[in-house]
Amino acid sequence: MEHRQIGKSVPRKEGREKVTGSARYVDDLTFPEMIHGVTVRSGVARGKILSIRFDEGIPWDEFAIVTAKDIPGKNCVALLIEDQPCLADQFVNHPEEAIVLLAHPDKYLLEAARRAVHVEIEPLPAVFTIEDSLSQKHAIWGGDNIFKAYHVEKGDIDSAWAVAEFVVEGDYETGAQEQLYIEPQGMIARANPADGVTVWGSLQCPYYVHKALVRLFGLPKEKIRVVQTETGGGFGGKEEYPSMIASHAALLAWKCGKPVKMIYDRAEDMAATTKRHPSRTRIRTGHTRDGRFVAMEIDFTLDGGAYETLSPVVLSRGTIHAAGPYTCPNVRIRSRVVATNLPPHGAFRGFGAPQSVFALERHLDRVAAAVGLTPEELRRRNFIQQGETLAVGQVVHERIEMGKLLDRALQLSGYHEKRKRFAEGNSHGPIKRGIGFASFLHGAGFTGSGEEYLASEALVSATRDGRVRILAGSTEMGQGTNTVFAQIAAEALGLECEQIEILQPDTSLVPNSGPTVASRTTMIVGKLVENAALAINKSLLDAGFLKPGCGAKDFADACQQYIDKFGALQSLVKYQHPRDLHWDDGKYQGDAYGAYAWAVYVAEVSVDTRTAEVHVEDFVAVQEVGKVINPILAAGQIEGGVAQGIGFALYENVVWQEGRMSNGQMTNYIMPTSMDVPPIRVFFEELPYARGPAGAKGIGELPLDGTAPAIANAIAHATGADVRQIPITPEKLMEMLESVHA
Amino acid sequence: MPEATRKIRVQCEINGRIVSLEAHPMSRLLDVLREEAGLTGTKEGCGEGECGACSIEMDGALVNSCLVPLLQADGAKIRTIEGVADFAKLSAVQQAFLTHGGAQCGICTPGMILAALNLLSRNGHPTDSEIREGLSGNLCRCTGYTKIVESVVAACRSLRPGS
Repeated sequence: MEHRQIGKSVPRKEGREKVTGSARYVDDLTFPEMIHGVTVRSGVARGKILSIRFDEGIPWDEFAIVTAKDIPGKNCVALLIEDQPCLADQFVNHPEEAIVLLAHPDKYLLEAARRAVHVEIEPLPAVFTIEDSLSQKHAIWGGDNIFKAYHVEKGDIDSAWAVAEFVVEGDYETGAQEQLYIEPQGMIARANPADGVTVWGSLQCPYYVHKALVRLFGLPKEKIRVVQTETGGGFGGKEEYPSMIASHAALLAWKCGKPVKMIYDRAEDMAATTKRHPSRTRIRTGHTRDGRFVAMEIDFTLDGGAYETLSPVVLSRGTIHAAGPYTCPNVRIRSRVVATNLPPHGAFRGFGAPQSVFALERHLDRVAAAVGLTPEELRRRNFIQQGETLAVGQVVHERIEMGKLLDRALQLSGYHEKRKRFAEGNSHGPIKRGIGFASFLHGAGFTGSGEEYLASEALVSATRDGRVRILAGSTEMGQGTNTVFAQIAAEALGLECEQIEILQPDTSLVPNSGPTVASRTTMIVGKLVENAALAINKSLLDAGFLKPGCGAKDFADACQQYIDKFGALQSLVKYQHPRDLHWDDGKYQGDAYGAYAWAVYVAEVSVDTRTAEVHVEDFVAVQEVGKVINPILAAGQIEGGVAQGIGFALYENVVWQEGRMSNGQMTNYIMPTSMDVPPIRVFFEELPYARGPAGAKGIGELPLDGTAPAIANAIAHATGADVRQIPITPEKLMEMLESVHA
Repeated sequence: MPEATRKIRVQCEINGRIVSLEAHPMSRLLDVLREEAGLTGTKEGCGEGECGACSIEMDGALVNSCLVPLLQADGAKIRTIEGVADFAKLSAVQQAFLTHGGAQCGICTPGMILAALNLLSRNGHPTDSEIREGLSGNLCRCTGYTKIVESVVAACRSLRPGS
């Protein structure tokens, strides 16, 4: 089918505002009488609050002061459950827990005041590691410290070990990672009993914030309004925590009757907001003489931090992705997410999968060595084929071309030639070169029955002059929602993208399209937009006002006639779960995702063995993602994700001290600069997905999964170091190199 | 009130206009630009000179405005993102960022564009690695830099066709 808009690199819809500096982010907004708010935190990992003391010398009567007792409704940040308080009352469970809120017009005086509030806390024993949490020395959550556990079982693994010619075991670890969007988190709130609560802010999920505020204030839904301002990056970091900041700003505004702005500075943002869950994975696999899987046993543990937040869902995605794009007759995966007294870990692009994929892909290079196969041949023999079954029992009905992706990625990267050349060159000189890869899949949309529960909606409407508006709760945060939605609607209606307007997400105007997460926006919500646009077209055709193949002018005339005769021209479309997709929550089995993206990434590195510094010299990312709607935006998603993956693999190291991040600055938490990232070479294979808009699948999270293991495998190839942990900082690599030469 | 906290008045040229600004002498130029001059295109990412989101040109040099006290801006010639386009006409660098995907979330974009312009004012024909080096003080978390480099290359081409 010939597309007019799909597959074209239409310029970013809000791009002009962004390149001229006129785009309005939350900190760019001011309101009459607006004052500023700050947060006083616990500073202690676990303990009992004894008293709150306010030093003399501060004009406290000029301040709005809020504590837990000022909360009109329930003291919680409502998410999956309601275990996390909005303001700690009697106990604190991590060092960044909010206890007192202050607001004042003068930012400088406010900072002095924040330092003049002292919360006396009687410390209780705290838990900071997965090991200590699992040992249950101190029960800090629900008796057993376990937020959630899953168990996947396929075949008969206990008998399978007997037929395995090779058994390989290993432990793998990944660290916390900060999303590090360049725009720190922030909110502005206006709140009073007469008008209710309105917040404007940097956020991914307007209806999550809405839900939290409804519960916190005990107000009817229509009294709460959440508006997304231009958002300077999210990557999952603005999925949960904005509910907390919105709650705080709204409580202050409620108390003082004035609009309150709360903008976190970088240090507060890095310390207090969510990060990627640290993980520990133990893998034991059994293989035939020719390398085929006969048994796969995976034990996967995440550190959830102090409250449940979204951890069960993160664990679920990590668990399902743990077995990779391979087929194995006998699988057992046991996973759990445990409580510690760290600030809660949360959503970060990839959502559990980068952790378990790192473990498996690093493990498979070790298996290849043990079996005596090349890494590519080992994987080729085990790739899942169309019609075969994933560990959770999902039969993959779509076409899968992992073998072809692998061939293409190895060819484009010059893998075979380099593998050989580096082996020869590395025998002398301090710089060692290596090349490695990872093969992986990533499910798009919410896991299991998640999309069914969300039951997302999107609305498309047309005006008398033929302008089309898309009303969706999906947010633009740089990934291209506005542009992709405009392309999908324009294609369906035979219009140009300029004729499509995307309404700013505002819960008083747009329907709940679900959160902007989980690689779901293009594939799931985009499909709703497509169907709504098609329904409008059909209404005009059915009414006889439009003839097939008409142009923009005819469309406008038809809209005018239709609206004059029937009133509004709009279509609200609600998600319908495909009847042939079944997921059993109780058994944790079934069709985990509607569609998967498939990929092979190849990394080439150089390692200076004198300094143990690693540089990524080349990166090839080959993926099958269904129909690509906007090639420049899609490639931009992959390139950005790979750069974050390079940071995850090499640089981004959160240093914890008694539960606090001690390197919460951009000077000592290191993310990649333009000098640290090679030109990233992105290639797409397109197998249109029947249920995606114009055949598209989700891609947002995919690049985080395979980047780190490809780099780790390349480092292992270059140096012989048995990499089991990321980030591979020079300090850690130096130790590994010493053990290679020992 | 102690001397150091008394407000001062400085005069500087911002985007071609002479402007008089009043604030504390040690106020960050970033805050004064955003709050007093109303130029919110300059962004704060880290407040410690690491990320470059607040990059502006001051007397032809690229500076992090979060590290410049107002005092130092007296008599200076300043260019912010608001002074880059010629009214409705985007500069070649802005247009290239728009066409080639150099901007995603947009928060680093104003600083990145000023860094690119500053680089091109010093080196009209930068190589890819010179571009990467020239922009290395400006962090971007969205793009992985590939499309930013491509945007700068495209801008050079459109500024100097045939080169």
